[in-house]
Amino acid sequence: MLSALFFYLFAIFLVGAGFMVIAAKNPVHAVLFLIFAFFNAAGLFVLLGAEFLAMILIVVYVGAVMVLFLFVVMMLDVDFAELRAGFLKYLPIGATIGLLLLVELILILSAWVTAPEITAQAPAPPAADISNTEALGLILYTRYVYLFEAAGLILLVAMIGAIVLTLHHKRDVKRQKVGRQVRRTRAESVELVEVESGRGLS
Amino acid sequence: MTVGLSHYLTVAAILFTLGIFGIFLNRKNVIVILMSIELMLLAVNINLVAFSAFHGDLVGQIFAMIVLTVAAAEAAIGLALVVVYFRNRGTIDVAEIDLLKG
Repeated sequence: MLSALFFYLFAIFLVGAGFMVIAAKNPVHAVLFLIFAFFNAAGLFVLLGAEFLAMILIVVYVGAVMVLFLFVVMMLDVDFAELRAGFLKYLPIGATIGLLLLVELILILSAWVTAPEITAQAPAPPAADISNTEALGLILYTRYVYLFEAAGLILLVAMIGAIVLTLHHKRDVKRQKVGRQVRRTRAESVELVEVESGRGLS
Repeated sequence: MTVGLSHYLTVAAILFTLGIFGIFLNRKNVIVILMSIELMLLAVNINLVAFSAFHGDLVGQIFAMIVLTVAAAEAAIGLALVVVYFRNRGTIDVAEIDLLKG
């Protein structure tokens, strides 16, 4: 009973926040609504017993990705009012396609059954024995270790790509040239000068 | 009034539709389009986790984790492209990305 109550609470807030993401005038508000949507989705994950994914969603998504979004929205000096100019023009076609898709999805959901002969690939152990995190770790680092490493590789490529794309050198800024510094010899950097006493250097 | 699998799938379907709707509605603003894609990926994750929980199969959650990873990478690259594009053109209007037009 209580879990049903919380399900409806999270679901209604999730859908409402999702609607506000696409309808908000101010993109900063849109990002904040998206953060709220992620929190409610994390609540749904907890109700489903996927605690680890719920925490990952909050730590990785709210903590890193959405902060990145917020950062970019605030950093770019964009005239957002101008970008919303054709907002209502696209409403009819968007609503039509959205409604068609929703009707299709709901038709699929209402007619859908699980084949009785299928078995679980990795049966979830009873929650009393080990926690969700431990159970996930036991199969993620054994049977799906290649998938895990591929995910790491994807993140590495994304990191390098983002740096390469956004890093740019200004021409009139003096920079350190390590190669030149290392190649310097004693002959070209130190000079011994015989100075007559009492004269000084001109 | 028990909450079954179809309840979660309905929420995910509504969220996915909202994502599609958002892409149509904000045709010009790249940042809102990226956020709509995030919404759609979140709907997919809710589907995966719901199936995983109701079938007692953990593979769905592993797959949801991979989807999260790819979504994070996509957001980082997408935002980097937005920043570079804004630096060059002074706008993020999608309709003006036509430099390669023949």
